Amino acid sequence: MNHVSEEQFVLLYYGEARDRGAIDRHLDDCEACRAEYRALQLVLNTVDSAPVPARSAEYGAEVWQRIEKRLGARKRSRWSPARWWIWAPVMTALLVVAFLAGRFTHKPTGGELAKNQQIRERILLVAVGDHLERSQMVLAELSNAASGKGKLDITDERQMANELLEDNRLYRQTAHSTGDTTVSNVLDDLERVLIEIAHSPTQVSNDQLEELQRQIESRGLLFKVRVLGSRVREQEIAPGAKDKDSKKL
Amino acid sequence: MEVEAGDAVERARSGDSDAFRLLVEQHSHAIFRLAFRMTGNEQDAEDVVQETFLRAYRQLNKYEARSSFSTWLFRIASNYSLDLIRMRKRHEDRRERATSEEHDILNVIPVDTPGPDRIVYGTEVQQKVSAALDQLSAQERTAFVLRHFEGLSIEEIGESLGTGTNATKHSIFRAVQKLRKSLEPVVGHAR
Repeated sequence: MNHVSEEQFVLLYYGEARDRGAIDRHLDDCEACRAEYRALQLVLNTVDSAPVPARSAEYGAEVWQRIEKRLGARKRSRWSPARWWIWAPVMTALLVVAFLAGRFTHKPTGGELAKNQQIRERILLVAVGDHLERSQMVLAELSNAASGKGKLDITDERQMANELLEDNRLYRQTAHSTGDTTVSNVLDDLERVLIEIAHSPTQVSNDQLEELQRQIESRGLLFKVRVLGSRVREQEIAPGAKDKDSKKL
Repeated sequence: MEVEAGDAVERARSGDSDAFRLLVEQHSHAIFRLAFRMTGNEQDAEDVVQETFLRAYRQLNKYEARSSFSTWLFRIASNYSLDLIRMRKRHEDRRERATSEEHDILNVIPVDTPGPDRIVYGTEVQQKVSAALDQLSAQERTAFVLRHFEGLSIEEIGESLGTGTNATKHSIFRAVQKLRKSLEPVVGHAR
């Protein structure tokens, strides 16, 4: 047998070598290959030393607490036509307060908001956070979708995009009217893509899917929405604290 | 345990939120470990854990019992991590192209860092390993982590990532080659 190749060593290490018997016999006779394999084992065994931050025994319960509300929010989103008419006027009022307060990108002016304003802002942040999370979900689903032989069914994504569009328009217009161009620009980019998704057929071809993916990617949209969503969530969790490095997107 | 998990999946599918909570509690640690090893970032790993369960919940009707529930979750988590790594990398490449030399593994810790102390040495090796993993492409890192840490076969990984067996095998080979190049000087020092 010739010397063992590096690829064979890797497969041997992971127990996937087809000709294990022949490799073992060769290793018995060949000091050079034994040394080579020992070197590989040493490196791969060392990789195991890469630490993973510990999580408490209650971690699973903590994760559940964090996502439980979002599971509920997703279920509610399917009723969105009713939700839009019920909440839109309240949202508008709250958004004006929130954007004027510069929650997302500006330091506070120093004046303390009244307690009732803070409560309303907090409600708003939850709503905006949910909106961005659901938008992120739609974008990520399409970005991750693999091209296949047939057409891809995007019925769910279309429906969610349709539902998100109305809310998005409201948030974007409010952000624009209050001069928050950072938020307004992200929501504007988001809206264009949501429209494309909402107007796509329920079954898209590979070309159509790739075009949607290109639009999402070319705008860096998924990343922007994710960053903005994280920032909103931070505010939601710690309403008194401001993001120290609240950079423009 | 798998029978219990299967029962929980069935109940979760029929809308039993307690059953889904049970699945979240059972699998969160494993998904976090996988996500951290793939992303190398604690906050990203937390995001992956949450997103994995949210997607799993949404796609429960697509789960087929031919693979274990944990393998199915791994598939969701690894694909989302892959997406996250690629996005992060693209963003960082644009933002920090001018200072790309910061990513040079040799600059992470100076070669002449003094460290006879065993603890310091251990920390140094861990940092080198983390830095070496950071040098892998998203595809290489994903395939390597699933093979090395999670024990999935190359065939299973190829199926999970939709890349096929041969491409997965080559991703793992390339990952191992890069790790050897980065780490052999370090572990060689230990011998």
